[in-house]
Amino acid sequence: MLSIHDLNVSFRTRRGDVNAVKGISFDLAKGERLGIVGESGSGKSVTSYALMRILDAGGRIAAGEAVYSGIDLRRASESAMKDIRGREISMIFQNPRAALNPIRKVGHQIEDVLRQHAQATAANAKEKAIAALEAVRINDAAARYEAYPFELSGGMCQRIVIAIALACNPKLLIADEPTTGLDITTQKTVMDLVDDLVRARGMSSILITHDLGLASQYCDRIVVMKDGLIVEEGDPVALFTNPQHPYTNRLVEATPRRGVRIRSLLPEDQRTPEPPRTIGNDPLLDVINLKKTYMGKSGPVHAVKGISFTIREGESVGLVGESGCGKSTTSAMIVRLLEASSGQILYRGEDLATLPALQFAHHPLRSKIQMVFQDATDSLNPRHTARQSIAEPLLRMSKLRGDKLRARVEELATLTGLPTHLLDRFPHQLSGGQKARVGIARAIAPDPDLLILDEPTAALDVSIQALVLNLLCDLRARLGMSYLFVSHDLNVVRLLCDKVVVMKGGAIVEAGSVSDVMDAPSDPYTRELLSAAPQAPQRSIA
Amino acid sequence: MTDQTSTAPATPAARHAMAAHMLYVCRENPVTAASFVMFAFFILSALIGPYVVPYDPLATNSAIALQAPSLAHPFGTDNLGRDVFSRVIVATRLDLIISVLAVAISFVIGSILGAISGYRGGWIDSVLNRVLDTIMAFPLFVLAMGIVAAMGNSVTNIIIATAIINIPFYARLVRAEVSIRREAGFTLAAKLAGNSDLRVLALHIFPNSLPPMMVQVSLNLGWAILNAAGLSFIGLGVKPPTPEWGIMVAEGANYIISGEWWMALFPGLWLLLAVFTFNLMGDGLRDIVDPRRRT
Repeated sequence: MLSIHDLNVSFRTRRGDVNAVKGISFDLAKGERLGIVGESGSGKSVTSYALMRILDAGGRIAAGEAVYSGIDLRRASESAMKDIRGREISMIFQNPRAALNPIRKVGHQIEDVLRQHAQATAANAKEKAIAALEAVRINDAAARYEAYPFELSGGMCQRIVIAIALACNPKLLIADEPTTGLDITTQKTVMDLVDDLVRARGMSSILITHDLGLASQYCDRIVVMKDGLIVEEGDPVALFTNPQHPYTNRLVEATPRRGVRIRSLLPEDQRTPEPPRTIGNDPLLDVINLKKTYMGKSGPVHAVKGISFTIREGESVGLVGESGCGKSTTSAMIVRLLEASSGQILYRGEDLATLPALQFAHHPLRSKIQMVFQDATDSLNPRHTARQSIAEPLLRMSKLRGDKLRARVEELATLTGLPTHLLDRFPHQLSGGQKARVGIARAIAPDPDLLILDEPTAALDVSIQALVLNLLCDLRARLGMSYLFVSHDLNVVRLLCDKVVVMKGGAIVEAGSVSDVMDAPSDPYTRELLSAAPQAPQRSIA
Repeated sequence: MTDQTSTAPATPAARHAMAAHMLYVCRENPVTAASFVMFAFFILSALIGPYVVPYDPLATNSAIALQAPSLAHPFGTDNLGRDVFSRVIVATRLDLIISVLAVAISFVIGSILGAISGYRGGWIDSVLNRVLDTIMAFPLFVLAMGIVAAMGNSVTNIIIATAIINIPFYARLVRAEVSIRREAGFTLAAKLAGNSDLRVLALHIFPNSLPPMMVQVSLNLGWAILNAAGLSFIGLGVKPPTPEWGIMVAEGANYIISGEWWMALFPGLWLLLAVFTFNLMGDGLRDIVDPRRRT
């Protein structure tokens, strides 16, 4: 049905043409579900944009053929493409909130596409739009028709986007990272929904993702892309159990999954033994009945409803939950960016909750509790070089100056695996992994005892994530730090943490050692989280 | 940038990169380069103009009054026989001082007010915004006229009046730029690094609002010159016989109908060129202060 032969896409830039896709070929049969897997910059999204002919300015199909049911997608006129988009080939985008018009009711947005392709008239458009909403299993569709995107959750918005994409019964659905940024249980419901609809309507689909586990669950065939080329192609099980190409192999190994050690994520030649570390018996941090209540417009909002847990010296505790469960609020209170409403935060016996967050900047304990932020790009001052960012806490909290400061910054960079020649670069000149290292170097600069890691690898490619997780593993052994690892990804928590605390709706539903909670969960919510995480096919031990 | 030198050791490499970046911005955009050249010309006129002009700008000589442009008097002479060229060049200093000082004052005050209201929010923000709304509700030129008329006719008061009418533009811009970065990751990180709120605001958040501010500054310099010239034109502010573009246009305007066009045209042309230069400089200045434009 879709046949791509030697497709080349290039972009015109300041420094001449850049080839994003360098001659890829694949065919897609009717009813087939294809997965395109690759890390950022592999050209997987650009391929799909080229098929839809929605490349950014400066981008063009430089060579090759893309034929869809006899239509030459490369040479089709713009007006012909308008008919194809939406009616023949539809697309689901990465960020559902950005893909919807924020100031138009979602029902009207569905009507727009129906009217565009003459699938509905003014008289029956509303009826058909509501039917489309019902098709994506939105409860009370008639009421939701009137909703604006900001009134809906991320998962709900993605359903609307799916409803728009499927409104005109296209034959091919392209989903570009459809669940990035969604919670893991929402991811499962959205992917199950897409899968059911695609099967029920006999459509073909292309799923573009960086997540091998997700692709293997929802695709019949997977192509792996790297640097604009297809490196391997095959059915998911074969790809996982017996990858032919070294890159696929590395990707498979770097994916966190049940039953592996943190070192096995790395390529084989880098697997040094895990450094030994000691977990003391004394509590480093004792959180007792911690509460946070906001005054909302319609009464008080209980973000954190009295939670208690303990982190011992040298221990790593995972704080797991979905968005809105209060895990970020909890970590903000512990790191003293937010006042607690009530409760105690005992750090080596001293109650931090009684110290005002505003004055904590000058408190001697400031250097002892530090944090690594989720979004490395957002957490670095765009006007400061890597060197300035790492030096900042040292300038404020230590007496190091001049050559000693310079030496310490370079030592920190080396410790976190950041090449020292990159220190004079600005954040926008660094890659995602390098920015993550700058963020970690900055956090460990004042020698903290407790490091709060707020999803530090959420925005990273799996191979980079593997490196960063192992770096964190080395650093805690070397510097004797305790971690509070905030994450939604249970597979990652399992690798790095000793204990895990599962939160839901501002309260702790389950806590205990990683093996207890993960292998024998007692709470239904924990079980739901565990089963929702996409699991790659198990690799046979050969 | 002062914040960069104070927060970490600046390296010679970084300084070199800055120079290379300025060169790149100029090469990439010839209009920017041209505007910088013109700006240099105006600065030079302001600095050394009074010492190099061929005639005393205040010396009258009725024998040569109202002469058309010639080799001896390239811009002609005015009704009192003063050399228009010398007066136009000498006036640059006063006009630049008025506009630069006025813009500097409104930049500083507007930045402080906007930064506080954007960072703190709450009632401070509401009160400040209503005050700024009130200022902006007046026709700005009329407001400036009123201020000068009430406070007295002097150069200082022109500067103050021009500064006051420009404060709301800076305060609003800074407020918006600061409030979107109040909860940004790097702001939180700066707090964790032991910075007090004031430091976070002054050294981390505010410098990030500079790129759009530079565009505002350059447009504002042009408006400030026009504003000062306008005030002088209607007889407020600078008094004759001081050479100033606005007064010279006003004086020359009386003679246009009798055919002595040069008296009004050349100071007007200089005024136009100055405003033009400042407006063109905006994008270039923004690209220079924005590190993200460097690659």
